[in-house]
Amino acid sequence: MIQAIGRRSISAVEAVGRVGHFVMDMVRALADIGVWARLTIVQMRRIGVDSLPVALFIAAFTGVVLALQASYTFTGAVPLYFVGTLVGKTMMLELGPVLAGLALAGRVGASMAAELGTMKVTEQVDALETLAYDPQSYLVIPRVLAGTLMFPVVVAFAIATGIITGWLTSLVLLDLSTQDFIKGLKLFYVFKDVWFGLLKSASFGFTITLVGCIVGLGTRGGAEGVGRSATRAVVYSAILILVLDAFWAVVLL
Amino acid sequence: MIEFQDLQKAFGEKPVLQGFSLKVRDAETMVIIGYSGSGKSVALKHIVGLLHPDVGDVIVDGQAVSTLDRDGLTLLRQGVGYVFQFAALFDSMTVADNLALGLRRRGLDEAEIEERVQEALALVDLSGTGERMPAELSGGMRKRVGIARAIALRPRYILYDEPTTGLDPVTSAVIDRLMVRTREHLGVTGVVVTHDMRSAYTVGDRIAMLYEGRVRQVGSVAEIQQTEDPVVRQFIEGRAE
Repeated sequence: MIQAIGRRSISAVEAVGRVGHFVMDMVRALADIGVWARLTIVQMRRIGVDSLPVALFIAAFTGVVLALQASYTFTGAVPLYFVGTLVGKTMMLELGPVLAGLALAGRVGASMAAELGTMKVTEQVDALETLAYDPQSYLVIPRVLAGTLMFPVVVAFAIATGIITGWLTSLVLLDLSTQDFIKGLKLFYVFKDVWFGLLKSASFGFTITLVGCIVGLGTRGGAEGVGRSATRAVVYSAILILVLDAFWAVVLL
Repeated sequence: MIEFQDLQKAFGEKPVLQGFSLKVRDAETMVIIGYSGSGKSVALKHIVGLLHPDVGDVIVDGQAVSTLDRDGLTLLRQGVGYVFQFAALFDSMTVADNLALGLRRRGLDEAEIEERVQEALALVDLSGTGERMPAELSGGMRKRVGIARAIALRPRYILYDEPTTGLDPVTSAVIDRLMVRTREHLGVTGVVVTHDMRSAYTVGDRIAMLYEGRVRQVGSVAEIQQTEDPVVRQFIEGRAE
């Protein structure tokens, strides 16, 4: 029992050390800008533009549900224009970033871990090194940078979509006028709501892509190992998103 | 010159190389033979720093590989072509882009890259396949593209990891002829890891047998063919006992 705890503690410390070493290597490879700059644009398209449909789909239905649940909860005790407040605040501060983050952890994190894992087990990563490329500057930095830069953009669109569907729902199903919805939306709005959500999503983007890269490049074995890495990347990313969500709430709210 | 100096490497509890020492002279092709899992590929990967030795080192052109920093390793790797066992082609790129990638790293202009790509593809009899994707190629063609990717760099050294494994006898012979032609054409020093004895006799100037983590015997093709060492004899004759 004590031995098992000891082994787990040592392996946890080793894992933290490996992550630290990985991040240090990544920072050092930033000097190789000639390699990663062009590739980052490609990844920004893959991570950002290609993720938009999933994020917007989720945000659209979240906006509808939020408006209906707000109206159901208020039940006449609270003025109905507070639906706008609740939809706006919740989308900006919490559900926009977190739901998009969780969805993209599955889409981006898993595919990244699987792609890099396949490259690892088929020796493509070794081949890259023998061609004098640093996998950090060729594979990792473009992905992490693209994730960090593009997640806030995707989330911004998701927030806007959620608010628009919340407004449309209020208009069509709740008999709330546009003026009232906007009145509610503006009621407790502060600019911090926006940058808080976007900062959070940048940290989610960084985390999801970094985890995808670390897990992917650490893949061992064949197809089974690649499958394990994809699952692991999603699980670790989802856990870290929730932890980061709480962290930012404690630190910034 | 490449020199393995008392190389030792273990993976977990399992020792693979246990004092592997061998000199590869300039402009020769050294073939390392041995049983599957004997550590041949592990030894090869130490030459370009893909693996780090537990003890000992590999000396390439007077430099100890394990002591090189990243820039030093990059310089070393720019002089080495590596042909992987399963070719390790980048499956998201065309054949031409696979060949061009290493050349772009060396800062060549696009016209020269194009010229070198076409020349390397011609050398492996694959002219006209530049726009195809690796998934569209047969196993033998993929290996030839792997060789073309290495020779396009015009390296001082070419390392071949099991170049004929998994290929039919005719395609194996084509690959062997290609390796010989590459050496004659470019005058490079080669290290070939294989357990295919026909290939070893065809391409090798000297042959070294790796057994239980060390060199069991090293000698010319004729010396190995006439060996009286029972372990080497059994291996080269492919006898079960």
